[in-house]
Amino acid sequence: MHSVALSLIELGALFFGLGILGRLAGRLGISPVPLYLLGGLAFGSGGLLPLEGIEPFTSVASEVGVVLLLLLLGLEYSASDLVGGLRRSWAAGIVDMVLNAAPGAIAALVLGWGPLGALAMAGVTWVSSSGIVAKVLDDLGRLGNRETPAVLSVLVMEDLAMALYLPITTAALAALGWVAGLRTVAIAVLLLVVVLVVALRYGRLVSALVESPTSEVFLLRVLGLALLVAGIASQLQVSAGVGAFLLGIAISEDTAENAARVLAPLRDLFAAVFFVVFGLNTDPAQVPAVLPAALVLAVVSTATKLGAGWFAARQIGVGPLGRWRAGAALVARGEFSIVIAGLALTTGAVDPGLAPLATTYVLLMAILGPVAARVVEPVHAGLTRRLRPAAS
Amino acid sequence: MDVEVTRLPGIGTKQEITTASGRRLGVLTHRDGHRELLVSAQADPDTSCASVRLTDAEGQALGTLLGAPNLVAQLQDQVREVEGIMTAQFPIATGSPYDGRTLGDTAMRTRTGASIVAVVRDHVVAPTPGPGFVFRAGDLVVVVGTSEGLGQAAAILEDD
Repeated sequence: MHSVALSLIELGALFFGLGILGRLAGRLGISPVPLYLLGGLAFGSGGLLPLEGIEPFTSVASEVGVVLLLLLLGLEYSASDLVGGLRRSWAAGIVDMVLNAAPGAIAALVLGWGPLGALAMAGVTWVSSSGIVAKVLDDLGRLGNRETPAVLSVLVMEDLAMALYLPITTAALAALGWVAGLRTVAIAVLLLVVVLVVALRYGRLVSALVESPTSEVFLLRVLGLALLVAGIASQLQVSAGVGAFLLGIAISEDTAENAARVLAPLRDLFAAVFFVVFGLNTDPAQVPAVLPAALVLAVVSTATKLGAGWFAARQIGVGPLGRWRAGAALVARGEFSIVIAGLALTTGAVDPGLAPLATTYVLLMAILGPVAARVVEPVHAGLTRRLRPAAS
Repeated sequence: MDVEVTRLPGIGTKQEITTASGRRLGVLTHRDGHRELLVSAQADPDTSCASVRLTDAEGQALGTLLGAPNLVAQLQDQVREVEGIMTAQFPIATGSPYDGRTLGDTAMRTRTGASIVAVVRDHVVAPTPGPGFVFRAGDLVVVVGTSEGLGQAAAILEDD
């Protein structure tokens, strides 16, 4: 068969298959991310049917997917959100980081993956999935709750921390050595500060670069600028995603909202490719071997997330039940864990076992997270009912 | 009254008041502009027992229901001293001849002797609107005059 025809058929089948999985996810009320990963696992290396000839497209498309995921995340938040969040909830952010990075890091050390593996796995267990969390809060009608600002501020802090974590990890994985590594981190910090200042003071200027009355021109400009910035950031070893994230922050509010609207479908497309490619590169035969580790990690990091959310909600004076609700809402891990694992794996500096472990872990957590958020209230009610007679 | 404003990053803004009875009432304005009315639960004040999505028109109607009687009561207090003068409020309905036309076009004072002293729009009171004020469907027009004048004013706003 003609190779172009074959590629088109493979791509078409891939997207159509993803569409079916996405609909299934919608029916089940879960995030499509774990199903995309499963879809990827089913095919590709070690899977049922290797997809050949579309790698040139899928490898670029999955990079674009990461750029768009982070760009839209940056667009969600304004610079004043981030600075305000930093001022109010730095303590909650630090507690969250310490509690949730630890399980991943310890697991990697126990598995003998060394400090680089520990650094990558720390990120995998640390970061909640802002996509899943926001959707769960909305689905459960909890957006108006008192603990919701605490939940959101933890997400904001994590995303802000990513702007430093990703460059640090990139530098460490590239084995740049201390001097070059520190330079990369310094560039990232400087960029972050510059972007926040520019966005706060001169946000209109960045928006003016992309603003256009026709949505077609606007789309091309935003996407073009994002890929340019991502490419330059990647060249500076700051990581492409971070560049896009910072650009997203710098674009000010009205423009950001329009940009998010026109880019969302593209993000969905390319991010889906990213998750599938990650699954494709993971050998399903390795999943059983890492399953025990993933299960232990899931249990431990559910407990640590509960603790982090509990602390964040207590900081702003929310009652006991609300504190547990905040913790449970944050349990879901998703897109970010995969972005971090993907970043670590492309350098080849970490144990390849990280891919199946991260995939299995995210599969568990993306499903467990929404369940935890739903059952926290009845479980809390049951426990207090059982404990109260004993106490009185 | 203290209105507590909370930014919800990535979602919108929440504005809340705490009532004398200890319940929290709030409006959540999403980034895309749609609004939700929030009422805190009695058992657990950290949650909302109701969150009702409101369209612009519904929000306006609710605001008017809650806000306008106050305004009219205040005006009635003020004009009570003057014998024979009353206050009334008339809506500009969709399809009213004055939807989109100016206050001057009604020639209200000349034709009825009654005066338009305020217009309530989007929960906001525009006091002493000038002749250039453009009415819109959903506006609530507050008129002061004699009972006869008010009757004529209602007729004018309804079908000229």
